Amino acid sequence: MIETRALKKSFGPQSILDGVDLQIETGESAVIIGRSGGGKSVLLKHLIGLLQPDSGEVLVDGENISRMNERQLLHVREKFGMVFQGAALFDSMTVAENVAFPLERKRKFTAGEICTRVAKALEVVDLPGTEKKKPAELSGGMRKRVGLARAIVYEPQIILYDEPTTGLDPIVSDSIDKLIIRVRDHFKVTTVVVTHDMRSARRVGNHVMLLHEKKMYAHGTPDEIFNSQDAIVRQFIDGVADPQEILF
Amino acid sequence: MCTWLGEWLIVLGRIGLLARDTIASCLTLKFSRRDLIYQVYFIGVKSQSVVLVTGAFTGMVLAAQTYFQFHKLKMDTGTLAVVSVSMCSELGPVLTALMVSGRVGAAIAAELGTMRVTEQIDALRTLATHPIDYLVVPRFIAANIALPLLTIESMSIGIIAGYFVGVGLLGIDPAYAWYNMLKYSHNSDVMIGLIKSVIYGGIIALIGCYKGLSCVNGAEGVGRATTEAVVYASITILITNFFLTLALEQMCVILGI
Repeated sequence: MIETRALKKSFGPQSILDGVDLQIETGESAVIIGRSGGGKSVLLKHLIGLLQPDSGEVLVDGENISRMNERQLLHVREKFGMVFQGAALFDSMTVAENVAFPLERKRKFTAGEICTRVAKALEVVDLPGTEKKKPAELSGGMRKRVGLARAIVYEPQIILYDEPTTGLDPIVSDSIDKLIIRVRDHFKVTTVVVTHDMRSARRVGNHVMLLHEKKMYAHGTPDEIFNSQDAIVRQFIDGVADPQEILF
Repeated sequence: MCTWLGEWLIVLGRIGLLARDTIASCLTLKFSRRDLIYQVYFIGVKSQSVVLVTGAFTGMVLAAQTYFQFHKLKMDTGTLAVVSVSMCSELGPVLTALMVSGRVGAAIAAELGTMRVTEQIDALRTLATHPIDYLVVPRFIAANIALPLLTIESMSIGIIAGYFVGVGLLGIDPAYAWYNMLKYSHNSDVMIGLIKSVIYGGIIALIGCYKGLSCVNGAEGVGRATTEAVVYASITILITNFFLTLALEQMCVILGI
């Protein structure tokens, strides 16, 4: 289970999160929605300890990670896989080397086992046979798939997705959504997706949270959120700049 | 002035912490041997041409200038001794370090800076890999191995080039010049040069890595980090050289080397 309590974070004078409380149960598929620049990615990075809060707590399976140092966090991060907005593939390595990276770092697999696992992970993300390609040779969607293969190859318990469909066309976005669902069901992982793509949020999540004005404004099942009559929630879901344009 | 000084002290403190973590990580032997070998190749083997050209022409110009001055005093045969001592204890290590900081320090800062702004460093961290273990330690150890080797090359080529200029071009008596060179050059000169080169290797790697890892603001930030890595490493080397010279000479006197 992942939990944050009164999480606050500022960058210089600019406050990004101001007392965020959230709770994500094991096996749940949580989607955090909110406006661009609203602190969704910052919140996600706190869940895996990439950022340290100014105050408040982040608990992963009951363990407070908010005051751990980098070495202590390495142990906690073995539970996590993360897919970055820009995929964050190591551009000096091939696709196979990227996917094999976490396994090679663990130093407990033979070369044969690594090869088999890499091929299997690439098959799960529908990219078999791309092992020898460099990230620069791949399209945006393919890069995200490789990023996902790298995140699932060591079979983590929790997978975090940072804007998985941003910058992709609707067809590729759809395939990424299906992939997220397939990975969730196949590996039985806890999934946390940060997005402002409403279609993706509705399909992928079974728990939707709206981050608004630096706080967790609303949360519930996709039906509860998407049928909400709250002006702020509706404004975001309907995608209108002026709240007066909302038609209930 | 106070703000500038405060920021400078913060940077110095952070580099100190990076050095501490790097040395602690070196002792745990968590780094990849393959990465270390590649870095020795990149920092050492690939820097040879620039170091050899620098060393050779420095030795040549040093021989020529020393000869022009010594010739007035009829001390021509002392020329090679000056070239040898200078190349071993000062010019060899310092010029090698400056050339390597320009080539390698910049490359390290640019590579790590790009990784930083494209979230590859964050990706490393999410894959339960400490950036210091994976990125800094191989570069730090490789620089500490490569710099002394490059410095030995620079010293040797400088002295050989100085010999050819002095004896071949300026007509210094080869036997006396060689005899005086051996007489006035000591093991301590070579040792001082090598100790300095190890320290400079650490400075280049640490400043390059620090600038890369702390890079922000996209492409502009990478450019700034690269420039600052070279400038800061070069200045640090030159300032450190003065204090190292005093300290190491004193150490040699105390130890009677």
